[in-house]
Amino acid sequence: MVKIKNILLSNIVPIVFVVLCVSAIIIADIPINFLVVEIITRITRNSFLVLSLLIPVVAGLGLNFGIVLGAMAGQAAMFFAIDWGMSGVTGLIISCLLATVIAILLGFLSGLLLNRAKGKEMITSMILGFFANGVYQLFFLFFIGSIIPFSTKTMLLPDGVGLRNTVDLWGTLEGVLNNIWIIRMGQYGMIRLYMVPLIIIIVLCLFIFFLFKTKLGQDMRAVGQDMYSSEVAGIDVDKVRIIAVILSTVLAAIGQIIYLQDIGTINTYNSHEQVGLFSIAALLVGGATTRKASIWNAIIGVILFHTLFIVAPSAGNKLFGQPQIGEYFREFIAYAVIAFALAMHGLETKKSMAIQKAK
Amino acid sequence: MEKILEMRNICKSYYGNQVLTNVNLDLFPGEIHSLVGENGSGKSTLMNILFGMPVIQNTGGFEGEIIFEGKPVIIDSPRKAMELGIGMVHQEFMLLPGFTITENIKLNREITKKNFLSRIFGKSLETLDIPRMRKDARKALDTVGMTTLDEWIPVAGLPVAYKQFVEIAREIDKKNLKILVLDEPTAVLSESEVKGFLEVVRFLSKEGIAILFISHRLSEVLEVSDRVTILRDGFVVDHGPISSFNAISIAEKMVGRKVEILELPKRGKNLDETDVIMSINDLHVLMPGEMVKGFDIDIIRGEILGIGGLAGQGKLGIANGIAGLFPSNGSVYFEDEPFQLNNPGFALNKGIVYLSEDRRGVGLLLDESVEINITATAIQAYGEFMKWLLFLKIYDKKAIRQHAIKMIKELDIRCKSPSQPVRRLSGGNQQKVCLARAFTLKPKILFVSEPTRGIDVGAKKLVLDYLVKMNREKGITIVMTSSELAELRSICDRIAIVSEGKPSAILKPTDSDAEFGMAMAGKFQEVIMGER
Ligand SMILES: Nc1ncnc2c1ncn2[C@@H]1O[C@H](COP(=O)(O)OP(=O)(O)OP(=O)(O)O)[C@@H](O)[C@H]1O
Ligand SMILES: [Mg+2]
Repeated sequence: MVKIKNILLSNIVPIVFVVLCVSAIIIADIPINFLVVEIITRITRNSFLVLSLLIPVVAGLGLNFGIVLGAMAGQAAMFFAIDWGMSGVTGLIISCLLATVIAILLGFLSGLLLNRAKGKEMITSMILGFFANGVYQLFFLFFIGSIIPFSTKTMLLPDGVGLRNTVDLWGTLEGVLNNIWIIRMGQYGMIRLYMVPLIIIIVLCLFIFFLFKTKLGQDMRAVGQDMYSSEVAGIDVDKVRIIAVILSTVLAAIGQIIYLQDIGTINTYNSHEQVGLFSIAALLVGGATTRKASIWNAIIGVILFHTLFIVAPSAGNKLFGQPQIGEYFREFIAYAVIAFALAMHGLETKKSMAIQKAK
Repeated sequence: MEKILEMRNICKSYYGNQVLTNVNLDLFPGEIHSLVGENGSGKSTLMNILFGMPVIQNTGGFEGEIIFEGKPVIIDSPRKAMELGIGMVHQEFMLLPGFTITENIKLNREITKKNFLSRIFGKSLETLDIPRMRKDARKALDTVGMTTLDEWIPVAGLPVAYKQFVEIAREIDKKNLKILVLDEPTAVLSESEVKGFLEVVRFLSKEGIAILFISHRLSEVLEVSDRVTILRDGFVVDHGPISSFNAISIAEKMVGRKVEILELPKRGKNLDETDVIMSINDLHVLMPGEMVKGFDIDIIRGEILGIGGLAGQGKLGIANGIAGLFPSNGSVYFEDEPFQLNNPGFALNKGIVYLSEDRRGVGLLLDESVEINITATAIQAYGEFMKWLLFLKIYDKKAIRQHAIKMIKELDIRCKSPSQPVRRLSGGNQQKVCLARAFTLKPKILFVSEPTRGIDVGAKKLVLDYLVKMNREKGITIVMTSSELAELRSICDRIAIVSEGKPSAILKPTDSDAEFGMAMAGKFQEVIMGER
């Protein structure tokens, strides 16, 4: 009995979400076929980004809100690849390579910063994300076309400086990965499996699994448990943490490219912003905490979180006659889940709040 | 023979507070060299310097030089120390609770094998060779006598003594080990475990490993060491071959005065044997390594009850079970009302306070001040040290300060001021803060396990004195679990000996050594039966 209770309690978040999803599906009365198609799309689109969060959690850095930096790197690389006239698979590969280079640099810098803010990594990475967003805007709004040459005039704002709000990937990078190999299933072949992104995601899962069986992964797990003891054991704690952040940023950059080629358009100034928020929310919904996360948390989280995303508007419509409410509801859920996780984290690390006041 | 290590004119100060002054220490291969001194005399600091611990670097380094195998060396990180072949078992545990024993023993020295990714990206992506790591861990555990301990279980939840042996196993698994520093390794061990442990130490010294051994138990020091260095307030007051010392001369050199013998004050009125405060019947506690399998006793109001026995026989489990820290069942009555087991809150509310033997586990707030640590539980659990300011309840800082100063004096806690963070105290003085915190409460029953663990000879007496004082002046019933029989016999009214999880005998402190011996071995009943 006690055991069952414990299992239920420790998985309370995913359980609540299963209940929420099932009730929303029933209320919204959505055709199952449609739902399956949508969920598969979302898995293909988002899993990679969510998986990029795992490594820092294991290495004790908590939820890496800094993956927005990776996302920015991914986008930026795509802009340049397009401008250089690349398209198709080559364009995508070039984007990935360029994104990786930028992400390594950004990851290294954020790693340095996070090492100076031990114990406050999450808030630091969140603020870093905001800061980087400012730099990003400055760069693509004012520098592109003025200081930095950019030849594709159609992507620029009318006065030739700064990128347009949306960049259409049609004919360049849209669906490049998706279209390499598609398997159709179900009635009229409605369910389409984009095999290449799926395979890439599986490979990433295998890589993460493999990583934690290596010396580097073992160091990360050790550092994640107890930095002090690890350092005394001779592990270069700072280096391990920097590597973790770099890996996470690089994966986020590639994840963002996979995401955008699926969506087909880049919202120049917004696409990256919510990546951190929604990926983290998805991971948490899957049952991860700030200290513990697994591949399964990521996959289950993507499924549950996005199911809710898909059905919430219809459910809101059915219940209140307004799809808008459902929209608000999912934003609300995303923030609520993160707030809940951070609160739990805060509780765990600072049980001494009452005593603090005495000072 | 050539010296393997020389530490010359070592000086160290923490935040302007000189804790080591011109300390010299030398070491020969294969030698067992003991380092003794009061709590806070600088033993751990000296060893931390030798091991390049971060705390030394972060507080401005040290002065003096270290000569290793005849060459001056700079040891500025634990990694550097390890490369030279220096290993250290720290006063506090350095184990990762979520890792298995094997992973802990092999931490940062994992055995790996090549794979195709590691050929491209380098050594750090080599896969762990778990079977070989387990084999090494197994061998190391066997060497330290832990032959029955599974090497693939997590460290979390192991009894403290096992954790200690795992730490030692980790050090001896290091193939290039030349110097092994043992900072109070025996503090968490019982007498019988110590015996096995000293065997291991002798074995290592025969292998040519030089050993620096820190302990507050002078009998051990006299038993194993070749030489001894005595520290007092950061100065070396004496050193030399062990044969030129005895327990009394060492103790006096350490403390700088004569060590007194404990005398028990008389009770105001005698104990009423029919006034049972807690009745324990058929108590079973599921504590790994310290299983209780049907323990019963009636605790008399106002007594000091001792619980003794060999390690692993379950003596530690009893108090842990009552305090609700490990799953237990049985029928327990407290002041004639049923007592809820498995409920730590219940025990605390009823006025039952428990001071665990695992002081790390009960958590001092290391970055908080001494005074806050001493009064924290009293404030949180019982709302003491609060006062009304108009209609607001606030902390009574004056009362907190006064009480802290009193406890600091009573237990001789060596600190700069009550507002000093606990992190900056020596290990033994941190223990004293733990004790002070428990003693601050005014419980009906105080369960205290291993109260003098890690505490120097002089301060031991203070701690026992204080327990007696609480008992005599405030009438607090005390149940003291200890692996030091002498300690139990010095202050207890009765001593229950536990064997195989069951009570084997209840003895008076005046009973003979032979009787205690038999009770510990679980043979008491048989012998008594035979005599009748
Ligand atoms: N991190 C620190 N910051 C400031 N002062 C410290 C720190 N660690 C130890 N000290 C001080 O240094 C002195 C020596 O402490 P040390 O830990 O070396 O004592 P010790 O001999 O090991 O005692 P014990 O037997 O209690 O372990 C003490 O006065 C202590 O308060
Ligand atoms: Mg010490």
